[in-house]
Amino acid sequence: MPVTTLGLGEVLRKHRESILADWSRDLAGALSRHKDLLRDSELRAQCHDFLDQLSKAMSSGEAAGIQGPEWAGMRELLGKISSSRAIQGFTPAETATFVFSFKKPFFARLRQEYGQDGDGLFREIWSAGQVLDELGLYTTEVFQKARESVIGRQQREMLELSTPVVKLFDKILALPLIGTLDSARTQMVMETLLKEIVATGSEIAILDITGVPTVDTVVAQHLIKTVTAARLMGAECIISGIRPQIAQTIVHLGISLTDVVTKATLADAIQVALERVGLAVAEANGRA
Amino acid sequence: MERIPILRMGNFLLVTIQVDMHDRLAMTLQEDLTKKIAETGARGVMIDISALEMVDSFIGRMMSHISSMARILDAKTVVVGMQPAVAITLVELGLSLKGVQTALTVEKGVRYLEQAVTTGGGRRTNGRRPH
Repeated sequence: MPVTTLGLGEVLRKHRESILADWSRDLAGALSRHKDLLRDSELRAQCHDFLDQLSKAMSSGEAAGIQGPEWAGMRELLGKISSSRAIQGFTPAETATFVFSFKKPFFARLRQEYGQDGDGLFREIWSAGQVLDELGLYTTEVFQKARESVIGRQQREMLELSTPVVKLFDKILALPLIGTLDSARTQMVMETLLKEIVATGSEIAILDITGVPTVDTVVAQHLIKTVTAARLMGAECIISGIRPQIAQTIVHLGISLTDVVTKATLADAIQVALERVGLAVAEANGRA
Repeated sequence: MERIPILRMGNFLLVTIQVDMHDRLAMTLQEDLTKKIAETGARGVMIDISALEMVDSFIGRMMSHISSMARILDAKTVVVGMQPAVAITLVELGLSLKGVQTALTVEKGVRYLEQAVTTGGGRRTNGRRPH
């Protein structure tokens, strides 16, 4: 009865080449959908690094979870792999498979070493399983974070794109608002508008809300704040593009817009703005 | 003691705030300004705050107080050159300074005062400037 006292680390080192061969074959099969994204050589290199880190950490004899300093290298490696997978468009399951598929070849070698020693085999499989599960969960966690950062970046980009301040005429600015107004966006709108008012010396700003789907108390509050801030700086605001339903909602909600000039369409607002700065539009050939 | 100078330009008084306002300074300004309006019989007051970068609720209230006091003494007040950051702060503090006339630049402020003084009566508020 072959009874071995080899630890996990030694088993890994002893069977390194055969484990690597089996594992990378399994992995290539599991990830075949993404052949174009991940080259075989790249995958093989990642497997290599993973094995190196695993045997290093396991030889240290610390089995107290993967948060210890022995696992720092492993965490870094998995972090890099997961975030690159997230950006390439792999699913979380496919990402975690990288770690979980390691169990099969590894446990097969353990069985080979321990043979009939059931207790020993169980003990080693249990502790190896625990570590690998933790590593698998860790990849999912990193994957999630990488995805979230992608979403965050897109949101910021949208925010930047969504607040254009347009100069309509000398001393007249327009701000076409599209999409839902939340606090973060209003803050941005307010800041860009006020800066632009200073930069261009504009006296009138038209806030066009044709593209704002709904106006509730919060949105109205934000609009009023923007108008008030502009007034404090010495510029007047006109709110235009108020659809009939929105007019109804505003009244039903009991929001008072009495201090603000409101117009149904942008054209009306432009007319008023031109009047305020003392200009008029006339036909070219002089016939009024 | 530190004081904010009040300059006389014909019928108008000009106050330029170029240092950080603290409460004591604000109170002094309020006193000096009302005294000066009464002394000179000025018809308009222009407060230039383009160099002011920080405000608190006290300073915000002081601005509307000065404006109301001047009105009682029959002088129009216009606040000019408020910075975007200051405007946002005041709005967030819930101070909309209703009744305080504002203008973007000193030039526009002067134009407003001249107009307001010659037309006499009609107090214009809420950003409705003459053109």
